[in-house]
Amino acid sequence: MVPMEYYLILSTFMMFVGIYGFFTRKNILAILISVELILNSVDINFAVFNRFLFPDKLEGHFFALFAIGVSAAETAVAIAIIINIYRNIRNIQIKNINEMKG
Amino acid sequence: MEYTILILLLPFLSFLVLGLAGMYMKSKVAGIIGTISLATVACLSYYTAFSYFTGARNAEGVYPTITAWNFNWLPFSSNLSIDFGFMIDPISVMMLVVISTVSLMVHIYSFGYMHGEKGFQRYYAFLSLFTMSMLGLVVATNIFQMYIFWELVGVSSYLLIGFYYTKDAAIAASKKAFIVTRFADLGFLIGILIYGYYAGTFSFTPQVNALINAGFLIPLALGLMFIGGAGKSAMFPLHIWLPDAMEGPTPVSALIHAATMVVAGVYLVARMFPLYVGYAPDVLHWIAYIAAFTAFYAASVACVQSDIKRVLAFSTISQIGFMMVALGVCTSINPHEGGLGYMASMFHLFTHAMFKALLFLGAGCIIHAVHTNEMSGMGGLRKHMPITHITFLIGCLAIAGIWPFSGFFSKDEILTACFEFSPVMGYIMTAIAGMTAFYMFRLYYGIFWGTPYNKKPNYNPNVHPHECSLSMTIPLMVLAGITCVAGFIPFGHLVSSNGEAYTIHLDTTVMITSLCVAITSILIATWMYAGDKQPVAAMLAKQFKGLHKAAYNRFYLDEIWIFITKKIIFRCISTPIAWFDRHVIDQFFNFTAWGTNAAGEEIRGMQSGNVQQYCMWFLAGSLILTLILIL
Repeated sequence: MVPMEYYLILSTFMMFVGIYGFFTRKNILAILISVELILNSVDINFAVFNRFLFPDKLEGHFFALFAIGVSAAETAVAIAIIINIYRNIRNIQIKNINEMKG
Repeated sequence: MEYTILILLLPFLSFLVLGLAGMYMKSKVAGIIGTISLATVACLSYYTAFSYFTGARNAEGVYPTITAWNFNWLPFSSNLSIDFGFMIDPISVMMLVVISTVSLMVHIYSFGYMHGEKGFQRYYAFLSLFTMSMLGLVVATNIFQMYIFWELVGVSSYLLIGFYYTKDAAIAASKKAFIVTRFADLGFLIGILIYGYYAGTFSFTPQVNALINAGFLIPLALGLMFIGGAGKSAMFPLHIWLPDAMEGPTPVSALIHAATMVVAGVYLVARMFPLYVGYAPDVLHWIAYIAAFTAFYAASVACVQSDIKRVLAFSTISQIGFMMVALGVCTSINPHEGGLGYMASMFHLFTHAMFKALLFLGAGCIIHAVHTNEMSGMGGLRKHMPITHITFLIGCLAIAGIWPFSGFFSKDEILTACFEFSPVMGYIMTAIAGMTAFYMFRLYYGIFWGTPYNKKPNYNPNVHPHECSLSMTIPLMVLAGITCVAGFIPFGHLVSSNGEAYTIHLDTTVMITSLCVAITSILIATWMYAGDKQPVAAMLAKQFKGLHKAAYNRFYLDEIWIFITKKIIFRCISTPIAWFDRHVIDQFFNFTAWGTNAAGEEIRGMQSGNVQQYCMWFLAGSLILTLILIL
């Protein structure tokens, strides 16, 4: 059986890849994907901790499912915003979204 | 007597109307508004004076002091407050009559004199402002109200001296007048504060206990107040502004710098007279010495000036010196035992205001006719300007002290008071009175007799002297009429040091001496200046060349003042203070501002609006916190 640390290393790696992408990407879609990576790394953690530490409970799995649902909804909203932004300024580069900046 | 408040309000209203709306009305309309409001004020003043002096005296035989109107403006404590009010007592009523009469005459006269001048409306607005402030000064119920109006008078004097604001000399003169009098008023203000603190009131009648407890501080306060009075009344050595103030229009000189404002200092001392006599007799005598010196100094300078307005200015200084001397030689409040000077001073103030305004307005007519102030452009004008000639002669006779003109009576009372104080003072003042007669007749002959103006070397062929219009000659005739009869007013019955009726009885010796001296001086002046050629005067000027030049340059007092201010005060005090201000105080605040600015520049980068950057900070912060928690 794969030890727990491997899962955790994977999820930490995913988490920091996500954070790095969130900081450095210029495209909003790429930023959104990075956010999804962060969320998924958290989902892995939920599942792993539930599986290894409390094998007879289900809260971790449910939280993971719940987070997937929420992130799906969040992605839908974000995509809608991005489409609207695209309609307005004809691109989705983050540096161009400064209409409302004083 | 509530209606008296109108005496203050009417000129103020006319000032507001003329000052704000004057530019939209014709100059004639503006002049008529100003004159009508002033005529109303004059009528009210006469009515007030009439009803006050015909009213009942109280049990001690004194005219009661009436506070016709009072408004508690700034209460500091239960008994110390600054009030605004309208006080009626013999000297304030006397001053009301003087100010409104002279002001009305000047208003009428200005119609002719200022005709066609640019800023005619502004001129009348300022005249109204001045009249309001001067009336407010004399009816003040307390010393602080007096001080406020005192400053207002200074401002309006400044505005009127600088009326021809395109003329450099006028601007310089107005600034000089304002700065010198303001400098003196600093003394006045400190005096008021000391007085207010130790006497516990700003009113003119403090508690006796408080005064006794204050000890030497009350004489100090009174002395400081006199410095303010000396500045306004052009006492030596603060007189330097008055001759320069002649740059203003001549009617202004007549109103402000001859009849009313310059006697404010005399009025101040008279107002505080019971305190001076009771608590600071030494200060009072010092006032007499300073004033006597001023009178002598001004008279000697007046003997050689060639600008007719300057001669009159110095004669004003000299005559104010007489009034101050008369106050200063008082030794008690009883007019029968050394308090005569108070009455004499007020009497002289009254008569002098009339005849000096007359002389100035006459000089204005002459300047209007020949377009110069210098005596070198005048001479033999008596045939061309008969009315001006006669009225001017009346003024000269009055100031010289010839019976039956008003100056004779008032000057005689002053000399009597001086002789009562000490014979030396009496003789000195008699001699100065002789000088007065001499220089006034030198002026008179220089203008109306002597070499005719058209035979002088610098004759201007464009000048055709002629009698002035009626608006200018009527005030002359009115004032000359007053000058002829004012001496017969039973002045001692109306105003005296303790308020009781005092019958003026002329001292025969003093009267004969002063008359002889005056007539001798006039004869000398006639001998020296009446002829076509003036060999004696020229010879004397050559003989005492240094003295003549020094006197002509007013004994270099202006230069001394310039030296003291520019070389000593500016260099040794003002420059270091300015350096300290610029380099220490200003730099400190500059540093604070610069520091804030630099800090802002530094942190503005953090607030970029870039969410990714914020996240970076957030992550860094949370990492640090985690590390802290773990370690």
